[in-house]
Amino acid sequence: MSNKIANAGNIGKKIRSDCYVTLELKDSGGIVINQKSKVQVLYGDSNNELCKDILSFFGIKNAILTLEDRGALSLVIAARIEAAIKKLIDTDKEFLLDFIEENKYTSEKEQNRFSRLYLPGNSPSMMLNAGIHDPNGIILDLEDSVAYNKKTEAQHLVRNALRGINFYGAERMVRINQFPKGLDDLKYLIPHNVHMLLVPKCEGADQIVQLEQKIEELKSQHKVTHSIFLMPIIESALGVEKAFEIATASENVVALAIGLEDYTADLGSRRTNEATESFYARTRMVNACKAAGIQAIDSVFSDVGDMVALKENVKVSKGLGFEGMGCIHPRQIKVIHESFAPEATEIDKAMKIVNAFIDATEKGLGVVSLGTKMIDPPVVKRAEKTINLAISLGLISENWREEFLNEQAG
Amino acid sequence: MSKQVKNAVGRMVPTEINGEEVIPFKGIGKHKPIGRKYAPPIPTALDYPEDGNKVIGSLKEALEKCGLSDGMTISTHHHLRNGDLVSNTIFDAAKEIGVKDLVWFPSASFPCNEPIMEYLEDGTVNRIEGSMNGPLGKFVSQGKMKGTAVLRSHGGRVQAIQDGEVKIDIAVLAAPSSDFFGNANALSGPSACGVLGYATTDFLYADKVIVITDNLVDFPNMPMEIQGNYVDYVVVVDKIGIPERIVSGTTQITKSPDRLLIAELTANFLKESEILKDGCYMQAGAGGTSLAIGHYIHQILKEKGWKSKLGFGGSTKYMVQMLEEGTMEHIMDAQAFDLGAVASIVNNENHHQYPVFNAYNFHSKGNLTSMMDIMILGATEVDVNFNGNVATHSDGYLLHGIGGWQNCLHAKNVILPIPLFRDRIPVIKDEVTTICGPGEMIDIIVTERGIAINPRRKDLIEKMKNSSLPIKTIEELKAEAEEICGPSKKPNISDEIVAAIKWVDGTVIDVVRKVID
Repeated sequence: MSNKIANAGNIGKKIRSDCYVTLELKDSGGIVINQKSKVQVLYGDSNNELCKDILSFFGIKNAILTLEDRGALSLVIAARIEAAIKKLIDTDKEFLLDFIEENKYTSEKEQNRFSRLYLPGNSPSMMLNAGIHDPNGIILDLEDSVAYNKKTEAQHLVRNALRGINFYGAERMVRINQFPKGLDDLKYLIPHNVHMLLVPKCEGADQIVQLEQKIEELKSQHKVTHSIFLMPIIESALGVEKAFEIATASENVVALAIGLEDYTADLGSRRTNEATESFYARTRMVNACKAAGIQAIDSVFSDVGDMVALKENVKVSKGLGFEGMGCIHPRQIKVIHESFAPEATEIDKAMKIVNAFIDATEKGLGVVSLGTKMIDPPVVKRAEKTINLAISLGLISENWREEFLNEQAG
Repeated sequence: MSKQVKNAVGRMVPTEINGEEVIPFKGIGKHKPIGRKYAPPIPTALDYPEDGNKVIGSLKEALEKCGLSDGMTISTHHHLRNGDLVSNTIFDAAKEIGVKDLVWFPSASFPCNEPIMEYLEDGTVNRIEGSMNGPLGKFVSQGKMKGTAVLRSHGGRVQAIQDGEVKIDIAVLAAPSSDFFGNANALSGPSACGVLGYATTDFLYADKVIVITDNLVDFPNMPMEIQGNYVDYVVVVDKIGIPERIVSGTTQITKSPDRLLIAELTANFLKESEILKDGCYMQAGAGGTSLAIGHYIHQILKEKGWKSKLGFGGSTKYMVQMLEEGTMEHIMDAQAFDLGAVASIVNNENHHQYPVFNAYNFHSKGNLTSMMDIMILGATEVDVNFNGNVATHSDGYLLHGIGGWQNCLHAKNVILPIPLFRDRIPVIKDEVTTICGPGEMIDIIVTERGIAINPRRKDLIEKMKNSSLPIKTIEELKAEAEEICGPSKKPNISDEIVAAIKWVDGTVIDVVRKVID
């Protein structure tokens, strides 16, 4: 063994809900645990037990383990220690804590994806409460927000978070690393009820195909039966050109997202608030998605302090045909939901159209008309979509038509 | 150790503290002292300079002239907060004079008062009767203070002085401006802090009063928040405070998404329950979450075209904004937390000084707190019976003073917006470490994961039964936190009493015991 000391975790006065471990493997002397914890009185003993359990699980008999704890949960401490161990020892063993009941739900292809909240994959403090802000999806990010030398740690933390941190019903997403490095992330995710993988800088159907092969392999190995959806992110000029090919590469591709920071860099232009530089890319991608029958999801809005500008941004986005947007701060979620949700006048109009359609069908009429205006089938279809969305958001009840007719009668 | 008895909240408390007999808590409203108020000795104007000039060379000289001797009680106010440069120098002087066993009776202490530990160790000071936090709290919790600490609320401090439970020998009152006669206020000077309300009881009831200032102004210094007629000596020093530590230049609404969520839930609860209404009286603190709640309330009032009749401060620029934008009619103020608030006291005629002497006082003929519709408070712990703790941490250590917290519990609707856990430490317990306030006075707990209504508030439970807000039982919230944080151990606490927690009426509601490391 050449390198006998390894570290994992984060340290510093501002760090919360995390810890920093230093593991030194020894030839003799047994297990020595040095712990300095912010919550020593209440959790010092249980932390010590956990440290011993993990070392013994990996068959380590002589080591000095230093734990500097800033109020980390067991699942965080366990991830840190395991990552440190794996930096020193080559093993396939995994120290898994309980998979909590609350996380045993699935997601569906068609579900709402208005908001998806990005969380850095190596920062546990943000993960604990992400779900309470009620985003449609939570993304644990293994890619850009994780430093290169922290990837192993983040893989273990994300795995433990998928098992032990309550997502409160949000779609459970992980952004893996760019192809082909992202393939290495899969074994930490697939067995742990990940719903959706975000595939960054996707530039062709072949990447999706290879990814799916590996996913299938792991699924059968771990007896995972539910679908694992994919949301490729289009972040380059080539990606934009291949959007339709990517959108139709697999039935598990349920949405494409656009990443404008990298895209504008690829174009050699600057990202502006007006976003004229990415207009083509955005409309092209939306078109590809609609042609493939999947969702088109917009980039993030990076000024977290400006809710007015965010609202405007969402309006434009919705106008272009996007059906969702990324969030980098929980306070953006509500604004995004409200702005993507159908407006009252929109719902009202949709109810009139759908009602007229039902009326016409009941009367056996081939033509739907509202007042003196004829209604085309695609308009009816869009109105139905609006109604269904309004029902799913709780804006109108499932028996809306009854109330609608009563109101018309009254 | 004296005899211990079980008080009305089920805690074992002694019948004697620091050699004086004390009364165990009997229940809310069950204890009414009788007799006449305590009074200081009768002074005569003959003993004071006819030209009105009471300025004296140094604090040490003033203390000597006041007859400083062993065992005396010295009081101070905390309006200079963490920028206080005066309190420590009192004990520097006392040490030079060579007296022992003093009792320091501040209205609150701050981290800047840490040097007093040295005087607690060498016997110059016997004990602190006031708030203890940070290193002082740790020192006391480890049983290192000679006497037993006594923690009182701001109102309880007034009560103790007025009914003679505490006799102040010398009050040393820092003043941002004073004339030579001792008329003082806090409106100008480098250490301007707005108001001096916590000093009112001290100058009225102390045997001797020393005003200490770094801003001697011409007579008459008006308004005279401290009245020179009660003052024995005026001491002029270079500096009484560090301005940026006295008031924060600017208080800030929290940026934490979790705390903003708590604030939003709180405001929505107040709106749906109709506790928030046109003409309501309200009070919230200056913490980031409270400020956010104030901000949301401001928005709701604006939308509805309502206004709050009055807000009781600690005021901040956000409260001033409500005043100036017409969603609040009056601010009554015991202390100013930021520069915006200090300026408003000077500029806005509806921003009134109103000391805790009038607002929180148990021996007053009525109190402001019981009139408040909305009372936003904090807590370190709450238990399943809604008892609250603000003095100690879950590890047993003294952490905070009581402040006005106990007094504020008398409001019509007491709301505690608190996170369900902090750094893995759940806030809701089976039993709080220290009972500072009985559960029957705490109405609503708002956390990021749900809102619990005290079962005694059947009216609110009924009103909110169809609410879309996440209303849960307190037991459910407790279980949720424990599930996330994992099982924890109880701190190792001995029987030795290190501090007593007084209720607003002067009875002992709980004690703090020595922590064994």
